[in-house]
Amino acid sequence: MNSLKRIALFASAMTVLASLAACGDKAQELAGQPRQDAAPYTGTGVQVFTTSDWKTGDKNSWAQQLKTRAQYGQNDHSRSN
Amino acid sequence: MARMKFICDAERCIECNGCVTACKNEHEVPWGVNRRRVVTLNDGVPGEKSISVACMHCSDAPCMAVCPVNCFYRTEEGVVLHDKDVCIGCGYCSYACPFGAPQFPSAGTFGVRGKMDKCTFCAGGPEANGSQAEFEKYGRNRLAEGKLPACAEMCSTKALLAGDGDVVADIFRNRVVQRGKGAEVWGWGTAYGSKADSKGAKS
Repeated sequence: MNSLKRIALFASAMTVLASLAACGDKAQELAGQPRQDAAPYTGTGVQVFTTSDWKTGDKNSWAQQLKTRAQYGQNDHSRSN
Repeated sequence: MARMKFICDAERCIECNGCVTACKNEHEVPWGVNRRRVVTLNDGVPGEKSISVACMHCSDAPCMAVCPVNCFYRTEEGVVLHDKDVCIGCGYCSYACPFGAPQFPSAGTFGVRGKMDKCTFCAGGPEANGSQAEFEKYGRNRLAEGKLPACAEMCSTKALLAGDGDVVADIFRNRVVQRGKGAEVWGWGTAYGSKADSKGAKS
């Protein structure tokens, strides 16, 4: 009877230990968000390769430059008519 | 600024692979990696269609959803980019992508699968814009130079369009309306003869 009690006590102690094991785990969340990129309208700082029709740092002029470039370079209907 | 998008006009693509070559040259993409490919349906059969395919910079990108190390990010212009310093080359993005965009260079000493490489919409990566580090990892950053992706700008038939989604959609819509369909298409009569010509030939 006494040995049965011991076994039961041991089993319950093990259960408590097992259920508390997770409390010691280190957090496994991702370390953080990936590095963010600088906005393209801030330019590359290399003037030789940069088109001259927009102002570095000006988002609107950059967007307009891309729109103009898309129309001129890719819209052959507007170029031929 | 709307979102940056690619559209490929299957009626115009002639499978010249100029876009593939332009991309490889512009970014010095390693051997065995193709950020852009031309896919042909019914190859060799009259009426075959080709389209140029790369990363479509999805609005709800599956690669971003499955990446276990969260290396992907989306720029304000809607371009999906990734950080090669964080990528572990597991290949989950490759399984998730419906376009087969993620590529894995196998040029390592032991032929191991390297860090994932894909189309950047010529927008570089998280390194400083225009830096040597950015070029070596991700290629040229043409967007920051005020230019559009090299593949589209190089396309000889202007089948591949790239840029602000609203602009390229307008160009494509206008093109489709103007060219019509079937016998209305420019060159149809030269290729197949007009009705009047065929009647004349019979009589």
